[in-house]
Amino acid sequence: MRLPASFRTTAARLSALYLLLFGICAIGLVFYMTALSVRMLTSQTQDTINEEVVGLANAYQRGGLPLLVRTIERRSRQPGANLYLIADANGRILSGNVESLEPGVLEVEGWTERPFSYQRYGDSSAERRIRSAADPDAPQVESETRHAAIALVLRLPNQMIVLVGRDLGEPERFRVVVRRSLVAALGVMAVGGLLIWFFVGRHALKRIDSVSEASRRIMGGDLTGRLPISGAGDEFDRLSENLNTMLARIADLNEGLKQVSDNIAHDLKTPLTRLRNRAEAALGKRDGGDYREALEATIAESDQLIRTFNAILMISRLEAGYSAEQTAKVDLTEVVRDVAELYEPTAEEMGVGLETDVRQGVEVDGNRELIAQSVSNIVDNAIKYSAGGNAAPKVTVRLEKLPGEVHLRVIDNGPGIPDDEDRKRATERFVRLEQSRSQPGSGLGLSLAKAVMKFHGGRLDLEPGNPGLSVLMSFPRKEDG
Amino acid sequence: MNIVPAGQLEFAYDDPMKILVIEDDREAAEYLQKALSEAGHTVHVAGDGDAGYTLADTGDYDVMVVDRMLPRRDGLSVIAGLRAHGNATPVLILSALGEVDDRVTGLRAGGDDYLTKPYAFTELLARVEVLCRRASFKDAETLYRVGDLELDRLSHTVRRAGREVLLQPREFKLLEYLMRHAAQVVTRTMLLENVWDYHFDPQTNVIDVHVSRLRSKIEKGFDSPILHTVRGAGYMLKAG
Repeated sequence: MRLPASFRTTAARLSALYLLLFGICAIGLVFYMTALSVRMLTSQTQDTINEEVVGLANAYQRGGLPLLVRTIERRSRQPGANLYLIADANGRILSGNVESLEPGVLEVEGWTERPFSYQRYGDSSAERRIRSAADPDAPQVESETRHAAIALVLRLPNQMIVLVGRDLGEPERFRVVVRRSLVAALGVMAVGGLLIWFFVGRHALKRIDSVSEASRRIMGGDLTGRLPISGAGDEFDRLSENLNTMLARIADLNEGLKQVSDNIAHDLKTPLTRLRNRAEAALGKRDGGDYREALEATIAESDQLIRTFNAILMISRLEAGYSAEQTAKVDLTEVVRDVAELYEPTAEEMGVGLETDVRQGVEVDGNRELIAQSVSNIVDNAIKYSAGGNAAPKVTVRLEKLPGEVHLRVIDNGPGIPDDEDRKRATERFVRLEQSRSQPGSGLGLSLAKAVMKFHGGRLDLEPGNPGLSVLMSFPRKEDG
Repeated sequence: MNIVPAGQLEFAYDDPMKILVIEDDREAAEYLQKALSEAGHTVHVAGDGDAGYTLADTGDYDVMVVDRMLPRRDGLSVIAGLRAHGNATPVLILSALGEVDDRVTGLRAGGDDYLTKPYAFTELLARVEVLCRRASFKDAETLYRVGDLELDRLSHTVRRAGREVLLQPREFKLLEYLMRHAAQVVTRTMLLENVWDYHFDPQTNVIDVHVSRLRSKIEKGFDSPILHTVRGAGYMLKAG
């Protein structure tokens, strides 16, 4: 069986728990209070009895047994809660206002250990009258008119027994009143708990429901949706605010992802189509040599595709803030020399002069592989674009230390990118400017370099080289360098 | 990085190896088994980490090709377990993870070489071969000799047919690596990794230019070619 939603709320559970706890405390408190009051009343009763006993003792001293009996008889006739009794040594009642009492009470001298039951003279005669009129054969009613009392039992020197007691009607009534108020208090608490649960629970439930509703909408695909904020600044608002911040971040990432997949779809379609056409053309070939040539071209095409994919993956990971454990001191001087040395034969073959202008031991914190790959991408570009354009094509790699930064520049004297907007766009993914369409490449070299620089906390800027292009990699520099 | 069907390779190994392939992708495993068998090697395949470990522990393999992500037990744990047991069989790790860090963790776990998927089979074959034979010359040897070509690692001199050949320091390292793995196919990425100590994929044919420069120095004016281009794979230094 499932409870309705309003009973399954935290508020309902909390209210029930509080009610239970308060109830237990209240019951405990009331019992303690009752016990305390009863004890106080009992001791008051005992004081009253003691006073009576002092009066009777005086009478006994002054007039002996006859005066004592007379005094007791006189007092017995007065209305009130006091009990008096004189019995002989065997416990037979001789005088007083007690007609009968629990057996054994008179045998122990001193205070009765606990309340005992007794019957008064007046009571029984009244009872008897009613009984004789209504139903003379019903003796069991007698016990119902018995009362509880406490008493002091004394033995006179002549072995006669004197009992002075007091009816406990008042403490009993008190106890009843206290119990009744306890039940009333519990009732009020239960109603209060229900009300609190109803209002607090309903309120909280409503807020949570609205949050649930909003999240359902967002899960449904509407990433622009946000959770409602009431403006009260309470914990619900804080929760919603945090969730909204999270949603904004998710939307950002989602947007980035969408852009990348759009680009991939767009820019990989062309080489894939080309690949397919090549394979199709190869099918029509007869000669084994042609066949092989076509296959090799197909493989070269797919290798280029794989390379592009790898670059995209690398860029995405770098942009997602992938954590490189392998960051260490990187000797930029060495990296620049390595790359220059790697490209020197290629540059020479293409008729491009490759020069380096570096200082010893320029270090940055980073990943040697990523930096080397970026520098080699940029140098590769510079050699490609400067070749053939100028009478004396030249590429210079310059490394300089500035306050707070290390600048690595790759400067060529080729045609450069004259347009400011084009220069800005050149580092975007897959952007290949019109004049570079004829050059081989994925259009990802500069994007990768840019992602690597961002990953290192630096920047990649394209500046006019007058003539040509100057690609600037700025690394943040630590104090010691 | 061209993938050439194994049967059409222009080089073939005369010395068969016993190879264990631990790969959970059935298609990839079958392709590897077929291609390596066609290259003349004996190939065993295990489909998960546990089975692979048991086979590797009991069989006596020349080299293992281990996929990094395997069911039951991942590749790195298999390698670490074998190494802890004193099994020193050379391992080539295959992985779809291509980050610099992944490579370093792979090698740290006890792998000897690391190849990122997708790979060219020729690349894998060349690396497996090099791992297995290790080197034609021991580390301690100071004089490498292939045919009439001599390289003295102490005096940093190179002679061919008794005539000294002058090389740049990087060309010397390049030749040293090629001679060390004489009669084995060496790929362009292997050269970039071992001679330049970089692991990225150079966009253009920079390595080829270095090799052809070296070739012109050690072949020009001599009778026979010694530094051969293996079509679709890389280079091989071989006399005669």
